Amino acid sequence: MEIFWFIILIGTIVIYAILDGYDFGAGIIHLFYAKDEADKVAIHKAIGPFWDANEVWLIAFGGLMFFAFPTLYASIFSGFYLPLMMILWLLIFRALGLEFRGVVNNHLWHSLWDKAFGISSLLLALFFGAALGNVVRGVNLGGVELAFSKYEAHYFFTPLWNENFSPLSVHEGILDWFTLLIGILSVVTLTIHGANWIIFKTNNSLNAKLKKLVPRLSIAMLMLTVVTIYLWVSRLNGSFENLTKYPILNVFPIIAVVGILGLLSINKFKNEGFGFLFSSLFIFGGLATTASVLFPVFLPSTNSINPALTIYNTGINDYGYMIGFQWWIVAIILVVIYFIIQHKVFKGKLDHIDYGDH
Amino acid sequence: MEDMLFYDRMQFAFTITFHYLFPQLTMGLSLLIVYFKWKYLRTLKDKYNFAAKFWMKIFALNFAMGVVTGIPMEFQFGTNWAKFSELTGGIIGQTLAMEGMFSFFLESSFLGLFLFGEKLLGQKLHFLTGFLVFLGSWASGYLIIATHSWMQNPVGYEILENGKFVLTNFSELFSNPWLMPAFLHNQMASLVTSSFVMAGIGAFYLLNDKFSVYGKLFVKTGVVFGLISSIIVAVPTGDMMAKNVVKYQPVTFAAMEGIFKTEEGVGIALIGQPNIKEQKLDNKIEVPNMLSFLTYQKWDAEIKGLNEFDKSVHPTNISGLYYSYHIMAGLGTLFILLMMGAVFFLWKQKLYTTKWLLWLLMAFLPFPYIANTAGWYTAELGRQPWLVYNLMRTSDGISPTVSSGNTLFTLLGFIGLYLLLGMLFLILVGKIIYKGPITVKQ
Repeated sequence: MEIFWFIILIGTIVIYAILDGYDFGAGIIHLFYAKDEADKVAIHKAIGPFWDANEVWLIAFGGLMFFAFPTLYASIFSGFYLPLMMILWLLIFRALGLEFRGVVNNHLWHSLWDKAFGISSLLLALFFGAALGNVVRGVNLGGVELAFSKYEAHYFFTPLWNENFSPLSVHEGILDWFTLLIGILSVVTLTIHGANWIIFKTNNSLNAKLKKLVPRLSIAMLMLTVVTIYLWVSRLNGSFENLTKYPILNVFPIIAVVGILGLLSINKFKNEGFGFLFSSLFIFGGLATTASVLFPVFLPSTNSINPALTIYNTGINDYGYMIGFQWWIVAIILVVIYFIIQHKVFKGKLDHIDYGDH
Repeated sequence: MEDMLFYDRMQFAFTITFHYLFPQLTMGLSLLIVYFKWKYLRTLKDKYNFAAKFWMKIFALNFAMGVVTGIPMEFQFGTNWAKFSELTGGIIGQTLAMEGMFSFFLESSFLGLFLFGEKLLGQKLHFLTGFLVFLGSWASGYLIIATHSWMQNPVGYEILENGKFVLTNFSELFSNPWLMPAFLHNQMASLVTSSFVMAGIGAFYLLNDKFSVYGKLFVKTGVVFGLISSIIVAVPTGDMMAKNVVKYQPVTFAAMEGIFKTEEGVGIALIGQPNIKEQKLDNKIEVPNMLSFLTYQKWDAEIKGLNEFDKSVHPTNISGLYYSYHIMAGLGTLFILLMMGAVFFLWKQKLYTTKWLLWLLMAFLPFPYIANTAGWYTAELGRQPWLVYNLMRTSDGISPTVSSGNTLFTLLGFIGLYLLLGMLFLILVGKIIYKGPITVKQ
């Protein structure tokens, strides 16, 4: 049962990353590339009807983690206190940027909320990437200080950064060169992803420029990925043991590679939806690979005294899992139905809908 | 330790109080919008559709505010109340995860369709999407109150050796005797808020001689729904809740009513200030024997006072609890009186021209917000010093690793941010109201 809920939880966050990821990416494109009003409005329309539902996947992820692995939820939410609060504030500004812009017709008002939307999207992409970095790197569980645990074995607290900005330091920080690197990888990936969504859903005048941008950024993305993996293995003792132990899991890195290859050669494909498909594959493959190599660990421990948080020491009773499974099945079928209805109604290019005028 | 608990509680109280200003309008308003859409489908009179569209704008703004201030609530269980989450997640995690899966997806998927899809969907489907948004928002209320009810009256659980609560009976979460009265009480109170807002804005239009067709429609709809809902809030739902408190939390009941010593034939205090030192109410004005009668239907029934219970289980803020309860109940009574008067004038066909009554309707617009908030304070202060009634103390639920300095930092951040949000909200909602319903077909 634990394995099953691990898969559901990872599945939920992957879907969140793919869906809200394109919203963040659209925000980044909006910030750096959209210069005139028509471009900006087109970007708003491309994500307007969806972003709210996309964000629910994050709430669902939090809720499912709360219920299926309460100890994990308690540990990481309190341990990553400050960055999570900042993510919350950024999510608020992102939402305001999208929803408040259209209510007043004034160019100062528009610029204010454009910047709120763009900058918070950029920072969210960076922070979520750094969060992933923190999970991969692990934390000082139990707050071990001179071989003595300050807290219970499954609690920790991580400040924003440490004195030498290094993941190898005894006192880890949220931001160090490793987590920041993954943050940057996340920004680049989601920029590509957002560009692909805009190309897919609009006839924006920017699209020609974005089509050139995607393969170029994809090279950067590939290089960052390689460097990250190299540093993880060489400096942080990362290991791909699980992939040799369970060969079936190799399907995930292969999917990620297909995604990258597709993005690099995107101009060979006529259908404008393919770019989005490839960047989704890369995000899915990348995150699923990460989960596979960590399994059954959720959060590694950087000390040798307290064990890592795994699916086995953070969960609940079997009865709770069984009950949860029953309602989850019903709920996910409904969610898929809503998703299909929503995307059927808002299918194709969205330049013509009257978003923002409400 | 002490101020850690204090800041954690302040942050939760502040963010939930601010958050709940918005859902209490949207839950009731979604029903009223569905009503307008339904009237439009039946009568095909354009005014109903324009009215629905006008309120959809206000709804959308409130909904967005509710969403952005709602996510911090879910996060705070883990960030500030980690120990509580760790120990009870197997139970309240169920209902909270269900809220995400069943209601937030429903609301967010169909709200987009409802707001932007009228032309694409046609009238009947548009009505249906509105109905689904209503259903989603009420389902959300239901699951939150199921969670709340478990904390007030824990059922269907077992406590393991390591202190963890695990679920042993799922259906008991929903047959909890606390749940149904609390849910209906809360939903009706939400309808009170939206009815008063609708009547208040209608009265504003009539007094201003602007959009009078809509002014009349809003006042009429507002006072009719307002009367029905404010009665149901008191009888039967409020009465049932009070009886639940008597049964499951007698010490809370004593504190709410300001009963310090056990007595027979107890009067109900209308006004009075708790004097904790001398264990009595100062300047008390009461209706003799009334409380005994309301509680047990006997004029001389005995009611247990705070003296019956050990100090360690007394609510931690007796005065705050007493005032919250009295503000809620006092305002609730005024709401019924005002709406009875308004409906009487409506029936006599004088309401739209009776200026003093329209003024009153407009002036009463903020008070349901205060009553709703005071009601929730009654429930939450009443549960103290417990997080899970009689089983887990609030002081045992906080995050062990988050220092008070960090919590104060984020509390100040939230105060600043929400102050900004509140101002923006008022400006924008004012703009929508001032602009009024759009009465041309697009």
